[in-house]
Amino acid sequence: MAEMKSMRVAYGNALVELGKTNPEVVVLSADVANSDHSYMFEQEFPDRFVNVGIAEQALVDVAVGFAYCGKVPFVNTFAFLFATRALEMIRTHLCYGKANVKLMAAYAGLSDSFDGPTHHSVADLAIIRSLPNMTVVVPGDPVGLEKLIPQVAAWPGPVYFRLNRNEVPVLFNDSYSPRIGEAVTLRPGNDLTILCNGMMLSRSLEAADLLAKKGIEARIIEVHTLKPLDRETVVRAARETRAVVTVEEHSVIGGLGGAVSEVVAEEFPIPVRRVGIQDRFAETGPYDLLLDRYGMSIEDIVKAAQQALKDKKK
Amino acid sequence: MHYHSEELIRDLSRKAITFRIQVLDMVYQAQTGHLGGAFSIAEILTALYFHHLKIDPHAPDKPDRDRLLFSKGHACAMLYTILAYRGFFPVEELKTFRQIDSRLQGHPENSKLPGLEICAGPLGHGVAIGAGMSLALRMGGTKPSAFSAPSARSSRARVYAILGDGEINAGVIWEGALVAAKYKLGNLTAILDYNGIQQTGATADVLPTEPIAEKWLSFGWAVREIDGHNVGQVLDALDWSDEVHARPSIIIARTTKGKGARLFEYDNRWHGMPPNKDQYESVKKELMARLEEWQK
Repeated sequence: MAEMKSMRVAYGNALVELGKTNPEVVVLSADVANSDHSYMFEQEFPDRFVNVGIAEQALVDVAVGFAYCGKVPFVNTFAFLFATRALEMIRTHLCYGKANVKLMAAYAGLSDSFDGPTHHSVADLAIIRSLPNMTVVVPGDPVGLEKLIPQVAAWPGPVYFRLNRNEVPVLFNDSYSPRIGEAVTLRPGNDLTILCNGMMLSRSLEAADLLAKKGIEARIIEVHTLKPLDRETVVRAARETRAVVTVEEHSVIGGLGGAVSEVVAEEFPIPVRRVGIQDRFAETGPYDLLLDRYGMSIEDIVKAAQQALKDKKK
Repeated sequence: MHYHSEELIRDLSRKAITFRIQVLDMVYQAQTGHLGGAFSIAEILTALYFHHLKIDPHAPDKPDRDRLLFSKGHACAMLYTILAYRGFFPVEELKTFRQIDSRLQGHPENSKLPGLEICAGPLGHGVAIGAGMSLALRMGGTKPSAFSAPSARSSRARVYAILGDGEINAGVIWEGALVAAKYKLGNLTAILDYNGIQQTGATADVLPTEPIAEKWLSFGWAVREIDGHNVGQVLDALDWSDEVHARPSIIIARTTKGKGARLFEYDNRWHGMPPNKDQYESVKKELMARLEEWQK
């Protein structure tokens, strides 16, 4: 069993480290700094921290002002609020206006499980991914987060960075070196490919173990950058394994499943099965239980893999 | 307060009418665009760009420049005209307004054209973006250590947000107003083009905002009301706003939608409608006559 570590604490630490090395970084919050742990930056750099109150539209616009004056704003609120309440600001000024703002989307997926569907965020990737000029990154564990945050700061343009609220399994060590835009093969295999990201990495790896016991070798690829999608790696996996499963903590509409389906349909049409929440709202409850009940259990991944293999033989 | 000479006031007033004629030509030729709100902001924009703003058309991205956020983006025919005549790009290019391959998009796109600070069109962004800019400028170069060089000092640049009166229906205007007051942004000035008309009727009917001065005062802003077509008052108010410290300021400019053309004035139908040939010719004649009055 992998060690569990808090993504929030890892995020707070990563922000503080970034603040020490990059004096242009400022951190903005809509009054949830103690939730997302950006308060750790505030304690270290109070003069570079702005709390606009519970005003997410102004939050993004204020960040746009900072970006146009050469600062690198890291903006913090819950994922669903960026993707829904502040969407027009994001579209007009970050995407169309190219403001160099970094959206730190906290409490994504079902990770704020006990607060319920009002706070869950299962459509954010579909919404944000559809916008031109946007980059979308989903770190897989605390190590991935720490390695990607400095790249986000250096990336020339707006980034949507999706954060998990909870303790998650630590999967990587210091030899892991993710690059924005490049998918990472975590496990070899030629019977099918499982493309996954975020919290679903560890579940996908466990599913691969179960499949191996049945004599099925699944290739596991981490797609931490949803946009720009690493099309080359996706198409190569489709060509070499001829069946694909996508696994994500998101609606099956428009996220990783959507992105992969679009590329595969155009470049190398083969069976695709999508694991995620099935176009519905979840409910309140313990995080792991919600993932299991709403379509993202290890068993769901195994079944999808078996179905994809059947489709392949048709 | 500075003394503004009669000569300066006369010159800026004449320019404003000239620019109205240019805007009329652009919208007539393109047969698309927004006249009413462009005409109401003419004197204010002229006074800013031809007298008050610290800007350099040859170095439009200079870090210590004043920033003008044209939040009421639909009235951009006037902004484009003034930027062109101020030297940001060739006047000839105004002919491409709203056409394919033009840098003069239907609503401003900042990365296309020198002198534009923000994209605008969807209303309500100017105050909150302005607050972010004002904060960033005040922060200056962030001090990496206690031994930082003087380059870490904050900028003296100022930020101006041009708002429409219909625009302030938007909630994010008031979110931004609260943020600007919280951070005591003395380097931020909003200018409200209160022409009383929005797309479908009078602002007083669509969504009443009066008493408007009291609203901004209660939000923690310094407030001054002027006649927005009186260049002397505009210049005085801009000087006044420079001297407001430790809180943001707003100039509430009472204006007339479609000002200068009797056909357009006070009529919401001219918010976004181009004139036909007869209308164009009669308005042009009227504006030429007004220009001559100023030359006497």
